[in-house]
Amino acid sequence: MGDADNGGETDDSDDRPSLAEQRGVDGHVYQPAEDSALLAKAAIDDLDSPQHVLEVGTGSGWVAEQVADETTARVVGSDLNPHACRQARERGIDTVRADLLAPFAADSFDAILFNPPYLPTEPDNEWDDWMEHALSGGTDGRRLIVPFLDDVGRVLTTDGAVYLLVSSLTGYEIVVDIAEDAGFETTEITQESYPFEVLSVLRLTA
Amino acid sequence: MKESLMDILCCPVDKHDLELTVDTKDDEEIIEGTLTCTECGEAYPIEDGIPNLLPPDMRDEAAA
Repeated sequence: MGDADNGGETDDSDDRPSLAEQRGVDGHVYQPAEDSALLAKAAIDDLDSPQHVLEVGTGSGWVAEQVADETTARVVGSDLNPHACRQARERGIDTVRADLLAPFAADSFDAILFNPPYLPTEPDNEWDDWMEHALSGGTDGRRLIVPFLDDVGRVLTTDGAVYLLVSSLTGYEIVVDIAEDAGFETTEITQESYPFEVLSVLRLTA
Repeated sequence: MKESLMDILCCPVDKHDLELTVDTKDDEEIIEGTLTCTECGEAYPIEDGIPNLLPPDMRDEAAA
């Protein structure tokens, strides 16, 4: 995960938002970082003319925007955070304020993307604001991954695919086990190593 | 939100269909309105073009 406060080098050469744009936001919304780019690229490369795509926890809407730009799919974003919903909508993404998959009808999407909040966080260190919601995965890093995997089969079409970003910090093998227990076949479609974690994108199919 | 979103939305509590009431529209976008569950009658607001489909208990808790 990137750290917006490290004062490090900036990169405005690609199509991510410029630093100025990032500074212009209110600090309540997770901004695109390495994990976002990995998820967007993996899903776009793997998708075969999807019709309806949902990004759960869309945050700034950047990943959803990449998918909308690179495919002909109708892309919808959802987030718990009202600030995130507004930012994603400003990017032109149809946005719904939602608790994970709760308000989406059965068999609605042939691709569902999720970069969950996954940093394991001790209860004493919880800082209880919108940025915590965007980053913290609870004590085991899987606070939202478990309920997501419980419900995603309902919303996915029978031949659809889920693209889930998994960090080694969250416990890669445990997440694979949970997905398989929920009835999915799992395939790791990409993997990248960073100084403190290995990031993977898992494709889940029924 | 676009009206076509109605095809993929449901009540977050009981998963039944929602009925759309439009208050303000801008081209094909619904800016203000209400989504009402056809089964339980719970009403979900559409504000600034974004439907708030949090379950009622979370909507109050996560007010911002």
